[in-house]
Amino acid sequence: MFAFIVRRSIQAVMVMLVISFIGFSVKHNLGDPVRDLVGERVTPAERAEIRDKLGLNDPFIVQYLRFVKNAMRGDLGISFFYNKPTMLVILKHAPATIELIFSTSILIILITLPIGIYTAIKPKTWFAKFTMGISTIGVSVPVFLTAIILIYIFAVELQWLPAFGRGKTVNIWGWESGLLTLDGLKHLILPSISLTSLFIPLYIRLIRSEMMEVLETEYIKFAWAKGLKKSRVWMLHAFKNTLLPVVTIFGVEIGILFAFTILTETVFQWPGMGFMFLESVERADTALLVTYLVVVGVMFVVINTVVDIIYGLINPMVRITGTK
Amino acid sequence: MNNWIRFKNSYFFYSFKHDFVAITSFIIFFFLVSVSFLAPVISPHNPYDTTTIDIMDSELPPAWMDGGEDRFVLGTDNMGRDLFSTMLYGLRTSVVIGVGAVLFQAILGIIVGLTAGYLGGKVDAFLMRIADIQFSIPYLIVAIIAMAVFQIAFGLDRFEQLALPLLVVIIGISEWPKYARTVRASVLGEKNKEYVEAARVIGLNRKIIMFRHVLPNTMTPILVISTIQVAHAVMSEAALSFLGLGMPITKPSLGSLINIGFDYIFSGSWWITIFPGLLLILFTLVIILFGDWLRDVLNPKLYKG
Repeated sequence: MFAFIVRRSIQAVMVMLVISFIGFSVKHNLGDPVRDLVGERVTPAERAEIRDKLGLNDPFIVQYLRFVKNAMRGDLGISFFYNKPTMLVILKHAPATIELIFSTSILIILITLPIGIYTAIKPKTWFAKFTMGISTIGVSVPVFLTAIILIYIFAVELQWLPAFGRGKTVNIWGWESGLLTLDGLKHLILPSISLTSLFIPLYIRLIRSEMMEVLETEYIKFAWAKGLKKSRVWMLHAFKNTLLPVVTIFGVEIGILFAFTILTETVFQWPGMGFMFLESVERADTALLVTYLVVVGVMFVVINTVVDIIYGLINPMVRITGTK
Repeated sequence: MNNWIRFKNSYFFYSFKHDFVAITSFIIFFFLVSVSFLAPVISPHNPYDTTTIDIMDSELPPAWMDGGEDRFVLGTDNMGRDLFSTMLYGLRTSVVIGVGAVLFQAILGIIVGLTAGYLGGKVDAFLMRIADIQFSIPYLIVAIIAMAVFQIAFGLDRFEQLALPLLVVIIGISEWPKYARTVRASVLGEKNKEYVEAARVIGLNRKIIMFRHVLPNTMTPILVISTIQVAHAVMSEAALSFLGLGMPITKPSLGSLINIGFDYIFSGSWWITIFPGLLLILFTLVIILFGDWLRDVLNPKLYKG
């Protein structure tokens, strides 16, 4: 097990090095740290001097090593637009995205669990068939289109809900939260619903197929033979065993959820990381873009490594494959 | 001729004939693709020809609504282009990018998967590790960041010129691991079969065995995932274009048309968004439905990640 963890961590470090190398190459070729630092209004002579002082004339590899060293301390440069260290800018935008992901996850669980279970235990009812039909169509509706349609109906035509931004937020120990104000919650409704709509069909199908598989197993038949109550067999025997695969897949899917927040945030101008990233592209804010790349890279590498190690603890098969 | 008769009597064609959903979705798919490629002939206006566009015609509603004109059946967009014609051209762009990206990722994935599966050992471990690592990062994130970097690198003008090939390559690269895994899984199943052994015994070299003997037998799962992947690629393209990281407004795809329309939805011009959106949904839906049918008929042991 120890060897497995070491191997997995070495791989994580390698991946991080590759990501940091890509990030640095982008920064090296496209970024202009002098502009990031002092703006456009500096004479060429002063510019050259600053370049020299910042070590921008050093060999590529020296600069790369310096980049990695600084990155380890969380210093990834300065965003010229915000005029602040890029890490701070990203940390400032993170709560918005995390709250969006959080509320979406809760909505997904609340909606898909009951429907998924129902369609599995009563697959022949019209409601189950109707849900399955709708979910096939739902898979092919892009999230930004759902978002736009929701905006058109609820914000433009009916004017019930706000169409963009995060509304009022409260500051709790440095965390800007929109979950605690009525205005913030109102702003959250449309973005989280449109993001949820993308995942509902997938999860209903997933829960349904897992549950139906479990319902075919021997121990369920045994439970029926014992003459247990229907609800007890469904909830205690079948559902409990459905939960494990569903939860593991849900863990992996959070990454995909994160990817789709970029689209949702753009539509609703939700001031999270994805919206910030696209703005940084428009402003050619290379330092911020590279920081985003590195932060997202670290995030995925850490999540995947932890998940793999937990899998290794639970399931010895994972540990053995790959060693030969 | 002989092949045609064989095809006509096959189980494949039989089940197609008896599946209403499969027939309908295939007909719609075929119709949409042919209409989009005949766009220069069919469409009443040419959205690429700036001389025929009049800015005074902009944001006209569809013909059946108040203020609509018969010239523009589905209304016009913000630049005064006929929405119907622009959608046809847009669909063509989406189809080209979707199919192109899938071809690209298929070739890349097949080569990697075949090499990894057939050679095994260290090569296999190395290639599949790379695939695993890329697989662990959502393809959309990879594509969005890559397109963003290229947009800054090339500048907006050059980026707009290169948008189409870039989209093909980047959507292709961001999704290749799926092919690599599928192909590898079925190569592992095939490579110990007797026909491969026989080919080895008669002294054929590795390359010939790999591409001429093993590859054709892994075609079924490749075909199945390809249909779904086309739908995926079309949707990725739409997402990227919607974010402004794809096709420019002057050469719109369905995604960039939706993007244009989004700016005008607050003034009530819903048609610029809704019509291209519906077309996009219809197009991906029929591909997915057809792909589902294909998977059920061919029923290959798909690699389940």
